[in-house]
Amino acid sequence: MAGGFGVGKTTAVGSISEIDPLRTEAAMTSASVGVDDTSGVDAKTTTTVAMDFGRLTVADGLVLYLFGTPGQDRFWFMWDELTRGAVGALVLIDTRRLADGFPAVDYFEQRDLPFLVGVNVFDPNHTPPLEEVRTALALSDDVPLMLCDARNRESVRMLLIELTSHALKRAKAARPG
Amino acid sequence: MNPEGPDRLVRPYLITGGRTQPSDELPLETLIEATPHALDLVGTLRFEPRRVVELCRSPLSLAEVAARISVPLGVARVIVADLAAEDLLKIHRTVPAHGPDVPLLERLLDGLSSC
Repeated sequence: MAGGFGVGKTTAVGSISEIDPLRTEAAMTSASVGVDDTSGVDAKTTTTVAMDFGRLTVADGLVLYLFGTPGQDRFWFMWDELTRGAVGALVLIDTRRLADGFPAVDYFEQRDLPFLVGVNVFDPNHTPPLEEVRTALALSDDVPLMLCDARNRESVRMLLIELTSHALKRAKAARPG
Repeated sequence: MNPEGPDRLVRPYLITGGRTQPSDELPLETLIEATPHALDLVGTLRFEPRRVVELCRSPLSLAEVAARISVPLGVARVIVADLAAEDLLKIHRTVPAHGPDVPLLERLLDGLSSC
């Protein structure tokens, strides 16, 4: 579950999770070495990156985990970990801050991971035209794009169904024979 | 930046005996379950290992273990990998790094359609 700050990622995870969303942390150390070799300066800083996640038991012995990406897009290492083995990604968009969705869309396009864009509708009286959103985000025609309500379990379930169908279609197309 | 790299700094080093590298690489969603052997021994375990074994009476993901015992993921990885090496935890197979295959996606779609 990706998207800009405040777009409703944790809300969406919470809507469908069978447990209250949990928060886990990973520490990141970045080392910067001074350019002057004689000084031997070696500065290190540690940052903690937090992410929320939930769980959905979809069948006996089959559990789906939903992870929200860390708030700051610069924690790409965590995105790499989250996308390893993932079914796909849901990118949530708030049309009032469309540009916040660009980094996530770019990331999943580059990694060739199946993804779906969900436009979180904050005001039902002002539903954005989806084709304009598709153009603004420069999404290719095969990327599913849907309206959604992050607070509504049924709506989030529909996003998951659509994303899984999309991933399945791609997996079948990639399968030899 | 690789979180498991040699420069990784994990402050709760006491929990892991000073080590920061788990002996096995465990993805976030890996399901972990206490072995019958561990449940027999649980009274003799202490601190985090005991809590992990108690939490994993039924399968729990690595991410949940980390969140519930309030340690960073890297620390949870070390504890879980050690307990698994001692046959106290069973690590369930998870989805390969390239993603789920067609039969698994079909099962998931079926499950999502009726949950």
